[in-house]
Amino acid sequence: MAQITRRRFLRDGVAAFTVSFAAPAFLSDIARAQGVRSRNLVVVYLGGGNDALNTVIPYQDPFYFSRRPAIAVPAGQVLQIGSDASRKTLGLHTRLTGLHTIFNEGRLAIVQRTGYQNSSRSHFQGLDIWGTANPDSTSGLGWLGRYLDSLPPPVDTLSGWNATRETPRALVARTVAVPAIPDARAYSLASPNSGAEALAERRAATRIASHVPVDRPHLSFVNGTVQGAFDTLDRVGSVNAYTPTVTYPNNGFAQALRTVAASIVGGIGTRVFWVQTGGFDTHSGQGNGGGGAYANLMGTFDGALLAFYNDLRNQGLLNDTLVLQFSEFGRRIAENGSQGTDHGAAGVMMAVGGAVRGGIYGTAASLDPNPGNTTLENNGNDVRYETDFRAVYARVLDGWLGADSVAILGGNFRGSAPAII
Amino acid sequence: MARENWQVEHLLRRAAFGPNPTDLARFADTSASTVVDYLVDYERQPDNVDAFVGRPEYVSVTTRGGAFSPTTNIEDARQLWLFRMVHSERPLQEKMALFWHNHFATAYSKVAGFAGGLQGTKMMSAQIDLFRRSALGNFRSLLLDVASDAAMIVWLDGRTNFRARPQENFAREIMELFTWGVGHYTEQDVYAAARAFTGWNLQRIPANGNNNDPNTYYQFFYNPNQHDTSAKTFTFPIYSDGGRTIPARSASSGIEDGIDLITVLARHPETARRLARKLWAFFVSELHAPNPEFVEAVAAEYLRNNTEMKPVIRFILRSPWFNDPNMWYTRYSWPVEFVVRAIREVGWTGFSVDTARTPLTNMGQTLFEPPDVAGWALGADWFSTGTMLARMNFAATLAANQRFNLVGAVGSARSSPERLVDYFLLERFSPAPFEMGPYRELLAYVGTASPWTGSDAQVNAKAAGLTRLIVGSSEYQFV
Repeated sequence: MAQITRRRFLRDGVAAFTVSFAAPAFLSDIARAQGVRSRNLVVVYLGGGNDALNTVIPYQDPFYFSRRPAIAVPAGQVLQIGSDASRKTLGLHTRLTGLHTIFNEGRLAIVQRTGYQNSSRSHFQGLDIWGTANPDSTSGLGWLGRYLDSLPPPVDTLSGWNATRETPRALVARTVAVPAIPDARAYSLASPNSGAEALAERRAATRIASHVPVDRPHLSFVNGTVQGAFDTLDRVGSVNAYTPTVTYPNNGFAQALRTVAASIVGGIGTRVFWVQTGGFDTHSGQGNGGGGAYANLMGTFDGALLAFYNDLRNQGLLNDTLVLQFSEFGRRIAENGSQGTDHGAAGVMMAVGGAVRGGIYGTAASLDPNPGNTTLENNGNDVRYETDFRAVYARVLDGWLGADSVAILGGNFRGSAPAII
Repeated sequence: MARENWQVEHLLRRAAFGPNPTDLARFADTSASTVVDYLVDYERQPDNVDAFVGRPEYVSVTTRGGAFSPTTNIEDARQLWLFRMVHSERPLQEKMALFWHNHFATAYSKVAGFAGGLQGTKMMSAQIDLFRRSALGNFRSLLLDVASDAAMIVWLDGRTNFRARPQENFAREIMELFTWGVGHYTEQDVYAAARAFTGWNLQRIPANGNNNDPNTYYQFFYNPNQHDTSAKTFTFPIYSDGGRTIPARSASSGIEDGIDLITVLARHPETARRLARKLWAFFVSELHAPNPEFVEAVAAEYLRNNTEMKPVIRFILRSPWFNDPNMWYTRYSWPVEFVVRAIREVGWTGFSVDTARTPLTNMGQTLFEPPDVAGWALGADWFSTGTMLARMNFAATLAANQRFNLVGAVGSARSSPERLVDYFLLERFSPAPFEMGPYRELLAYVGTASPWTGSDAQVNAKAAGLTRLIVGSSEYQFV
């Protein structure tokens, strides 16, 4: 090999150029132009495969009790919400007291049996399919990413806000790297120096990352995350001063929603938020209504969402906000030997917000394992989907975000879309 | 200091945790192939690194009101592993242990949720020791050891896989993630596999032991009473005669069911190819799709050697694909790789690896705590504004901590801004190539101290600032 010296290791890029970096004020202008205090979408992902049958409970179906002897929520403990179009009486899990209140206020929509044909039983494949909104593809851009790509350019870095560390498939966009902000208080820049030295260093780091090495897209990508950090530091920092109107529970999920509320109230320009809470892969020790792992999961979910709902209502921003909850799949109908449930098929989606048309959408499955029962699949072991999850996405895109769902989803799902908003 | 042994540096970034000054001197005139043998035949190097914990010339650990106890305290276990990555004379062994930790991703939190923090740490550190012991061992044996590993049995619910109610969690993941991947088996196979593993459980010794007693421990236990003895039929051949059915067996010999299944999974060509693709991404490149010839050659090497990993890794590190200069800096560093390489290049005197604990979590990688059984999302997925901020901030913390070490090493390079930048960019640290634009930005940064006098005050500020800028640069995030 020809002698390469360290000196020559410095490269003159093929067609490198340096873009001037944008000042924060400029970005705020973009944010305003794109509609500060416009509508917000908060996507809540219940990680692990939520057991929909113990969330929205068909408490008069005898097979619910016979197939779940240890983990069925007793009929006397469910929070009744009436019946669906097929006259199945339903109740919410004992711990969903806040959602029960919201339901009674007409601001909670429940979409039963959401899913897709040949539901994946894999967490990772399943989540990616819900992310791409394409059952045949687990890679590429996400449905929310494609929505962000459809906004008029230049798309503000903070148009999306991911409250987890890894970027979920749904938020993968072409035009913008959605910032990951698991903790807004930790979202600040350190320096070994201080004062003017630290400022000079920040300026140098910003300029180095503004350099676009055309023949090294991977380097440009990482530079993009650096630029995204510098573009968003000050605005994200501004939400830390927020004083909520209610007390949020002291857990990660509730605190993430508290930060989302701060961003909405602060009007920093974010359109789409992603928040998640895990632990729903309840293969064992699920418990029933009163206690056990699943009751705790429901309690965490409910407490945080109720605080968020009340906070936004007090701030007068409930009508600008839509919460959309999903999980990668539902669980097996029959419990397993460890008082848990294995991976199943169709699940439940929920929407909460000031503009939501509350109620129960879709019909519950009959849990009768009879082979003639078409509401089940997999030899009567799993719930079969009734509403394609993309139809719910379509309603949110068209009816809430004012986007073109056909272009974003790559197909027309409007016909079967439940009118939740 | 001459740093011109490019191939060896590449090898040390990928198959070790980056070169430190001692390595550079030691391997300055050594061929890459000799260094491959040095790394792969690691049993020739001493295994005494743990004995150096607490010595002042090594990176520090932080104790919390008591002795350093890596087998009973998870934070200490995390510190010890980082310590080993920084200082082990067997870096490839640690690197492969990390690879297996991601491949068989098991999280401390669930194990500790079952048996408490002390037993959780015991089980997890035993699992990592298994990965270390089998770092370049036989994959089929490793798969068997993992299937009967206490932490894994808690993690994927094998302990509740009973005859009357099979539990599918482990059965699914051993096929989807540990061996051949989605697309090669059906739901029917998952159910049959769950039944094959019924009775693979764990037990506490002594049975009535207290989980907070360090003498209590958990170990694998095959419970014949909970094994489903009936036949299990799969959609793929289990036996060499093409038979797809594991026969009905007596409860006492029912453990053979799982062993038969593990054997066929480990030896399957699709498992060989999937491992080859993962090893391509780990060792060769994440920017280039796995080369089909590479995949077939590595898979063949794996099958020919009866699932032994050592010849496979040696083959990869000596292969033309690995040694292609186009593959330099084509892999995104994992957070722990970034942290360990930064410590090795910037310095460690008086620095505690515990300082990296929260930053690593913010970068997206907490050792012993992968996000789920699929392991960490690798490659570009490591990078987001938040995680990159955490990397930049770690560079700042380390630079501030090592300021005097850095200043002391500058020597005559303080004579001009250009020499100072060259020292850090070209000699001291090993980022991917900087283009002229960013290089001039580094010069301009040093030039803000004007006029340049090389005073202690100027060098104090700029040595630390340059270190932060280079180690926190995008270029430095590639290995």
